[in-house]
Amino acid sequence: MTEATSDYARPTALPEALALLAAGPRTVLAGGTDLYPATQAQRLAGPLLDITALDGLAGITAGPDGLRIGAGTTWTALAEADLPPALVALQQAARLVGGRQIQNAGTLGGNLCNASPAADGVPPLLVLGAEVELASVRGVRRLPLERFVLGVRKTALAADELLTAVHIPAAALAGRSAFVKLGARAYLVISIAMVAVRIVAERGQVVEAALAVGACSAVARRLPAVEAALVGAPLSEVAARITEAEVAAALSPIADIRGTADYRLEAACVLLRRAVTQALPVEEPA
Amino acid sequence: MNQPGRFATLTVNGRAIAATGDPARRLSDFLREEAGLRGTKSGCDAGDCGACTVIADGAAVCACLMPVGRLAGARVTTVEGLADAPGEAGTLSRLQSAFLRHGAAQCGICTPGMLTAAAALLAKKPRPTEAEAEVALGGVLCRCTGYRKILAAVCDAWREDVPEAPLAPGAAVGARVRRLDGVPKVTGADRFGADEWPEGALLLKAVRSPHFHAGFHFGDISAWKAARPGVAAIFTAADIPGRNRFGVIPAFADQPALAEGTARLRGEAVALVAFEPGAEPDLTDFPVTWQPLPYLLDPAEAEAEGAQLVHQGRPGNHLITGRVRRGDAAAALAASTHVVQGSMETAFVEHAYIEPEAGSAWMEGEVLCIRACTQAPVMDRDETAAILGLPPERVRVLPTAVGGGFGSKLDVSLQPLLGLAVLKTGRPARMVYTRAESMTSTTKRHPARITAQIGCDADGHVTALSFDGLFDTGAYASWGPTVANRVPVHATGPYRTPAVLARARAIHTHGPSGGAFRGFGVPQAALAQETLYDQLADLAGIDRLEFRLRNAFVEGDATATGQVLHGTGIHDCLTALAPHWTRALAEAAAANAAPGHLRRGVGVASCWYGCGNTSLPNPSTIRLGLTPEGTLVLHQGAMDIGQGANTVITQICADALGLPVEAFTLVGPDTFLTPDAGKTSASRQTYVSGRAAQAAGAALRAQILRLAGLNGAASLRLEAAAVVVEGETSHRVDLAALPPNPHGYALMAEETYDPPTAPLDADGQGTPYAVYGYGAQMVELEVDTELGTVRLLKITAAHDLGRVINPTLAEGQTEGGIAQGIGLALMEEYIPGRTENLHDYLIPTIGDVPPIESLLIERADPEGPFGAKGLGEHVLIPTAPAILNAVRHATGVTITRVPLLPHRLRAAILAKGAP
Repeated sequence: MTEATSDYARPTALPEALALLAAGPRTVLAGGTDLYPATQAQRLAGPLLDITALDGLAGITAGPDGLRIGAGTTWTALAEADLPPALVALQQAARLVGGRQIQNAGTLGGNLCNASPAADGVPPLLVLGAEVELASVRGVRRLPLERFVLGVRKTALAADELLTAVHIPAAALAGRSAFVKLGARAYLVISIAMVAVRIVAERGQVVEAALAVGACSAVARRLPAVEAALVGAPLSEVAARITEAEVAAALSPIADIRGTADYRLEAACVLLRRAVTQALPVEEPA
Repeated sequence: MNQPGRFATLTVNGRAIAATGDPARRLSDFLREEAGLRGTKSGCDAGDCGACTVIADGAAVCACLMPVGRLAGARVTTVEGLADAPGEAGTLSRLQSAFLRHGAAQCGICTPGMLTAAAALLAKKPRPTEAEAEVALGGVLCRCTGYRKILAAVCDAWREDVPEAPLAPGAAVGARVRRLDGVPKVTGADRFGADEWPEGALLLKAVRSPHFHAGFHFGDISAWKAARPGVAAIFTAADIPGRNRFGVIPAFADQPALAEGTARLRGEAVALVAFEPGAEPDLTDFPVTWQPLPYLLDPAEAEAEGAQLVHQGRPGNHLITGRVRRGDAAAALAASTHVVQGSMETAFVEHAYIEPEAGSAWMEGEVLCIRACTQAPVMDRDETAAILGLPPERVRVLPTAVGGGFGSKLDVSLQPLLGLAVLKTGRPARMVYTRAESMTSTTKRHPARITAQIGCDADGHVTALSFDGLFDTGAYASWGPTVANRVPVHATGPYRTPAVLARARAIHTHGPSGGAFRGFGVPQAALAQETLYDQLADLAGIDRLEFRLRNAFVEGDATATGQVLHGTGIHDCLTALAPHWTRALAEAAAANAAPGHLRRGVGVASCWYGCGNTSLPNPSTIRLGLTPEGTLVLHQGAMDIGQGANTVITQICADALGLPVEAFTLVGPDTFLTPDAGKTSASRQTYVSGRAAQAAGAALRAQILRLAGLNGAASLRLEAAAVVVEGETSHRVDLAALPPNPHGYALMAEETYDPPTAPLDADGQGTPYAVYGYGAQMVELEVDTELGTVRLLKITAAHDLGRVINPTLAEGQTEGGIAQGIGLALMEEYIPGRTENLHDYLIPTIGDVPPIESLLIERADPEGPFGAKGLGEHVLIPTAPAILNAVRHATGVTITRVPLLPHRLRAAILAKGAP
């Protein structure tokens, strides 16, 4: 019996990759940290497009419009990059995804495309107002992250599209951020709940607040009402202004083996208060 | 885009390897199957365990998540490439030597992943801090060591190793001898169940029930096979030539190797498919039709009137009840000054060894050879022979290295399936369980629901215990009877309790079979008893440690079974904790003086545990021989599953004989080469096999001295083909001149030891065990009251070993048992159908085990070898109750259910009315 071989392509040029995607259904393989665990087989079924050799897919570049993070950037690369304080939350999240082995292989783009409710990358990007860049032979489009991740394991990615980058608008690079994740053990944690916050303050008051919670709804969410309540708050009152009722109103947690719905709501509120405290004191702009 | 043939060249351990086949194949599979580098272990195929960690272009990655096609041009380092000069003796890297020196490898299955992950760190940071090492190893799970010695080894790996100095004869017992089987564990050369198979072996896959309870019938199996050239053979229950019923306790044998028409267990095997080598083992569309049936998962429902029966002939789904009655507990409780009552509920706990079941088999003439991971080679032989209709002497069991067992590898799993395929086809076969197969189809710790009452007098002397335990024994009997019998005996804890009524019953459900798991039900019982002790101490107004000291057994006390104890070390253990207790309470009080959501707590709990079978024979036999050439051979049949039997048994034998450990060559375990040393279970090997080894060593020594005409204090020395005996005079015993016996030995001793026990009567009165071990642990922790999370700060463990044979191994057992106790207390809950992997089923990681201080107590046992007692199971028992007691101390919350997941603790804190 001949050994089955999958249809495996690992191009270096983006147009070639996009042409392959346009030619027919093809599973995109990046870090492999979600695809391989989903099968008991010793090989992935094809056709496959391994995007880890694509030129320009990994790496972080700064431009006048903000930051561009290549979709193939690994968690380790993110964690080790020299980035502004607004991205501390993302970097903290990068160090809490799986173990080192997962961080060395797993990519930011893969985390978004996998669309798990517990995806660690989503809340930190939500508080940065991130947009995703989607490329296909038909062209390139951008979508706000909120309109890309649509549900559990559901995204707006078309069959012929590749997530090529995440863009952080320049305006969102202001302020400081923090990420807090709650699990039942120290490493290799799937979140019970997690939060990311970004706070911009001037003259002792909050002028901008971005808060997001993951694992407490099908898709991680921003909390506009809570954010609005924080704007104008003196720094000493920020945590206290986060109310359980307003947090709960924004979320729809499920009960599962890791926690009850009520616990998740309460924990999300506690984590948000801690995260804003961690992100403060906010340095005054010069 | 098909790319047949060679598609990539990668450099592995400095050697260029051309990759062929499927580029999307897991790198782990390629390394193991094609490159022959089987030091890289597969524990989960999901990135959850890290056992397959390799270094790819400088970065630690999970080889199971990496397509081999991606590695064209890459440099890969596996465990085999870590030695300074691979393949040559004496050239271990400093990291590998540090693992040996510190006892960081126990079973060795996680060791390759730990070493590679650490090597990737050390390449960048040669002298890491403990925190840096912890982060680097956070992605590798270990189930044996409790991680502390691994951390110590990695942080100490910069140091040049100083080889062990030879020990004087008679000085082996008590010495920190490095594991005798350690080197292959750190080089990747050790061979576990999945690591060796005969050329041309068929690959076996089981078809398993996806339902808790289902009828099934097969469609056209021949047509399915005919359409698949890669399928060599298919077997069902109809093909089983012998008795299709097995069970570790013959009287209760009830489990089929392949189910017959009805599956009672999710994951139960119903058919076996043998694939040709190289064929994709794909079971898609296997022609089986399931008729899901109503099922029972709640033991209280299962024992209720009118419940369906899991097994006909077991009314009420009742397997067995164990009972101990002494005095009138009800009357004594009624007369007690203080009485507490409470309940405790525990979950299924999965053994979660990092090595899933694996093995291979082949025929040698008329003999079926089975090479698999196991804790009980002779039981495997007998059960497999019965299933296959063979006399036991036609089955040879050659155990592999065992990548963790903890009780579950006492039961046969794939041995009968391997045997069936080999017997029927005449061809060799191999089988490796997936993580999901391992988790669904093998045994678990029994979930328990316990209610108990304990009373004491005004002075804090315990008066009585009433204890009732319902144990979910799942679909098949397995070790349910043992749990039911052992629990009532131990229900008092190691404390004088004049009046006792203790009952434990095992009830069938369609859940996983409740089997043996480190402690056989005693950890569940201790959770109930030890948490009630804290409440009772509070009621009596006595310090919790003092309360235990006041009641702890001392020499000559009688247990609830009426047995009078000797060599009783619990008082010593608690006394050893006293200064730590005072310090910890003061530190907690100081920390808690300031308000806040972080509350410190300190808890203590004790254990005792009878070593060996409960009132049943469990002999061990050890053979020791000197060849005419002067080679000293120890036939050591006690399975070393990581706990260290190979080393400990040899140390004991060496001192009894009077020759150094280095003089010994170990043989076995192998049912054709080694006498039966029984199962590795019930903390019996150091004690029972140790006694046999001590006797064998002494007997051989006596033979030598007799030949030399000397006695007493003479010293022995091995020279070429001779033993030189030096006493008042010097003699040379010429081995070559002695006629070899049928085993080929010039001199040989074979000794058997069976613990002297006596049956228990209907009230559980008698002598169930000859030796007990004791311990007490103190836990310091911090509760985050807002989130309900627990952070462990330190555990201090005092254990009475009678005589410490090897302090490093004893500490390793202690730390590993504590890690499992932490899991039991805080995170482990196996939910059939839901947590059948190692990311939903959580076991402690390297960041979850705090610093552990071991206090090794030696209150010699009159029966144990050199006074030694068992330890393996004792160490797990106090941890979980001590954690719950510390949580109560920190928060005032009484916990009645484990695991204490964050949401449960937070709910308990809220229910108590805390902020």
